[in-house]
Amino acid sequence: MPTVIVDGQEIEIGADERLNCIEAARRAGVEIPHYCWHPGLSVVASCRMCLIQAGSRNPETGEVAMIPKLVPGCQTPVKDGTVIVTNSEAVKESRARVEEALLIDHPIDCPICDKAGECLLQDYHFEHGQSERRADIQPFHSRRRDVGPTVTLFVDRCIMCTRCVRFTREVSGTAELMVSARGAKEEIDTFPGFPLDNKLAGNVVDLCPVGALGDKDFLYQQRVWFLKKSENVCGGCSAGCSLVTEHNQDTVYRLKPRENPHVNKWWICDEGRYGWHHLHDESRLVTPGRRAADGFDDVEWADLITRLRDDLKAAGRLAVAVSPQLTVEEAWMLCALARSIDPEAFLALGYVPTTGDDESFPGGFTIRGEKAPNRRGVEAVLGMFGTAETDGKVPGWTDLLAQVQAGKVQAAWITAGHPTPETSWCDEETAAQFDSLDCLVVQDLFDSPLAARATWRLPAAGFAERSGTWVNCGQHAQCFEQAIRPPAGVWPEGRLYWNMLGRQGLYDPHGVRQQIAEGSATLAALAGNLPATGVDLRLQQLAAT
Amino acid sequence: MTNTESFEPVLLEAVGIENGGTLEQYRSRGGYAPLEKLLAEKQPADVVEMVKSSGLRGRGGAGFMTGVKWTFLPKDHPGPVYFCVNADESEPGTFNNRILMEDDPHQILEGTIISAFATRASTAYIYLRYEYPQSWNSLQAAIDEAYAAGYLGQNIRGSGFSLDIYLHRGAAAYICGEETGLIESLEGKRAWPRIKPPFPAIEGAFHKPTVVNNIETMACVAQIARRGVEWFRSIGIPADPNNPRDPGSYGPKLYCLSGHVEKPGCYEAPLGITARELIDRFGGGVWKGRRAKAVIPGGISMGVMTENELDTPLDFAGPGRVGCLGLGTAAVVVVDETVSIVDFLHNSCRFFAHESCGQCTPCREGTSWSLRMLERIRAGKGRLKDLDLLAEIGSTMGMMPGSTICGLADGAAWPIKNCIAKFRDEFEEYIKQTNPTGYMETDPVPALPIVTAH
Repeated sequence: MPTVIVDGQEIEIGADERLNCIEAARRAGVEIPHYCWHPGLSVVASCRMCLIQAGSRNPETGEVAMIPKLVPGCQTPVKDGTVIVTNSEAVKESRARVEEALLIDHPIDCPICDKAGECLLQDYHFEHGQSERRADIQPFHSRRRDVGPTVTLFVDRCIMCTRCVRFTREVSGTAELMVSARGAKEEIDTFPGFPLDNKLAGNVVDLCPVGALGDKDFLYQQRVWFLKKSENVCGGCSAGCSLVTEHNQDTVYRLKPRENPHVNKWWICDEGRYGWHHLHDESRLVTPGRRAADGFDDVEWADLITRLRDDLKAAGRLAVAVSPQLTVEEAWMLCALARSIDPEAFLALGYVPTTGDDESFPGGFTIRGEKAPNRRGVEAVLGMFGTAETDGKVPGWTDLLAQVQAGKVQAAWITAGHPTPETSWCDEETAAQFDSLDCLVVQDLFDSPLAARATWRLPAAGFAERSGTWVNCGQHAQCFEQAIRPPAGVWPEGRLYWNMLGRQGLYDPHGVRQQIAEGSATLAALAGNLPATGVDLRLQQLAAT
Repeated sequence: MTNTESFEPVLLEAVGIENGGTLEQYRSRGGYAPLEKLLAEKQPADVVEMVKSSGLRGRGGAGFMTGVKWTFLPKDHPGPVYFCVNADESEPGTFNNRILMEDDPHQILEGTIISAFATRASTAYIYLRYEYPQSWNSLQAAIDEAYAAGYLGQNIRGSGFSLDIYLHRGAAAYICGEETGLIESLEGKRAWPRIKPPFPAIEGAFHKPTVVNNIETMACVAQIARRGVEWFRSIGIPADPNNPRDPGSYGPKLYCLSGHVEKPGCYEAPLGITARELIDRFGGGVWKGRRAKAVIPGGISMGVMTENELDTPLDFAGPGRVGCLGLGTAAVVVVDETVSIVDFLHNSCRFFAHESCGQCTPCREGTSWSLRMLERIRAGKGRLKDLDLLAEIGSTMGMMPGSTICGLADGAAWPIKNCIAKFRDEFEEYIKQTNPTGYMETDPVPALPIVTAH
């Protein structure tokens, strides 16, 4: 195995790994500060913050020969015998000087900057900078300039790392951003008439190591040190991008991509990034209700558990639409619950919203046309309950509608939870087909023509309000944790099913998952604790065959 | 070494001849005959060997061995290989390429065709500085003539070798003269120098192997083909036998003499002429009978020599011995004793702050910071401490300490370093006189509200 020596500490790297000094040093627990380098972008080696001393050790004599000058860590690949020195006086001085240089044209307006608290310029200056100010800086405010509908630029805070420019050229392929002017006068800018307006635009804000690029959606909303971070998965489409939900006091403030080499690498699309506003929408359903003469009567959850079961039992044959918004655990419990009420219950995949074709970008990122996160997971769960037909397909929404229209069922439990308050997923015409039923249960985030017809109208929980597992379009399963509590009065689906199944104590998604993994060859990989980046179900399936 | 007294101009032989730049006139002087002979008799490898053995060093500034540079091209590359001629002559004080392009463009074309043949390139680009419309006209006219006469295009003079030359006009930036900046600009991008490796010989223009050579180098190649290696090696300063890393300084060189001299101009002399001889014999001495205070040996980025250092030979190794960066473009600028060295350095810093491409932090901020500091010193708010800071900026930015991608920062740093080191007394005197109450202060300095330069 190739060995790299980082500050005297020997570490081994993989034989065919191509690492640069920053990555190799990180393996040894040594952080080499850097601005312009990003693993997902091309190397420009221009910020010069990662300058280090490098050399090589002669394998026979063990003698170390150092390169006489400083080299950028990002641009220097490591191989067997590479020696990296990051803590020498020369390196420290170089870092201090780069920090000093960057601050010459920086407004240092941290008190009014959104980035403060998560700013690399702040952090690195604290760690590597010098306390004495030698530059003659006239205090000034950073000019603010709109670069697009979602992103704003604080021109003078920029340190010219050009990560954003490279992103729009290499990943989104739209090339809206450029560098204008020269030397210390240069600025990031857009071409007149061509604003930064693409479906991945928000990523440039994450890439910005300082407070130059601001997300208008988050600007001045919250100080970052108040934010708590929860590992979530995006429910916007079937890609299932890994997210960090940043929240405070049960309010989500922003979503950020979470690095996941198997799914989304470092990026998310804007649709996903801003796809949390529905959680705090005023029009959400927040109380369970049973149909009364004029609208719905509020029902206590404790009563609901028994009354709902009785209503469904009394109605007759039950059909259940298991929404692709549900987690694997919730779907499994719902199916189990349905079968405990009616052993012959008709189980079908719920409505799957789609908006045309998948959209791919040059950087390898794809936005899926299927706008639900867990179709594969629900299909696998339905398979466990013997609903799969001969060709492996499970019944879907249209099959359920056919059952209803043919009069084969008398009761239906429809789960949805689609995050679209403006346009309901179910139109009036479709909803009218359910008029014939004796008992209709609708569990959804928002009111809809269907919910208006319901016998039982139940509130659902949003993606950040639950924990569980989703399986994306590439059969990659990821667990996520609850970030915030649902609005007062709302029981998340899992809690309701758990209680209706008569289980004791608090809802335990982990325990349910173990049960599922034991009972399904398809989902066997879900056993145990999953890594943060998830598991590929196909690998397990391949091993099983 | 040839006697500089008896040296007859070779590269500049067309200067002063009426219609000296036409194809007919060039051929009457023996031009293009060596090319035809060489295309008929020699292999590319022979030509590379010829240039290598001549000891020709690139005339663009760095003085790298031209023949050795050509050998860095990958062997048996399926092609295409691109050949670029750097005519983005923008080092302050330099104008030798302009003279060559305006007065004897065919000499350059012949050198380019030979060099392209040696490097197996079938496409050559001449990257021309925007501010040279006259050169554009004469080069384009010469290219048209050469096409008509069959020296360019398909199957040149029946030799089987084909070459197209494109004249590419830049958009006026100093950084486009850096070889990878030139390539980026040629590709239609912002001229940000590339990180190396890969070097252009491996991956240059349009991701293909590329050689970039200076205009004067091309003229030298043409003359080597015409007059032979022995002739070339008989001129200049031979390699130092005690220093194996010194490849010597052979051949004639165009010296651009300007500034405070009686007769400024572009003069051809063997490499190794001293600055004093150049000024006195060619330039007619410092003007108005004054003394020289400082002399730039080869473009401002090479730093400055003092009056005492004028006996330095202007070969590739000479200026380095007195603390200058090198010979550079051999553009000698004379500054007389009436000029304030503070103003001189301010002017230099203004140039580099304006021309820094802005890619690397140390250069972008260092050039601008040094300019601001000199602005402040000239506004009567200087402190003695500033000189240490200036010297520190000068010694830490650039390719040599490893803090930048290209050599622009070294060029910006050398005048600062040299001026502070060689004229420190004058700086201190200036600061004490203009800021008599505050020159000893050491607290952080409030900036001037407006930086007027730039």
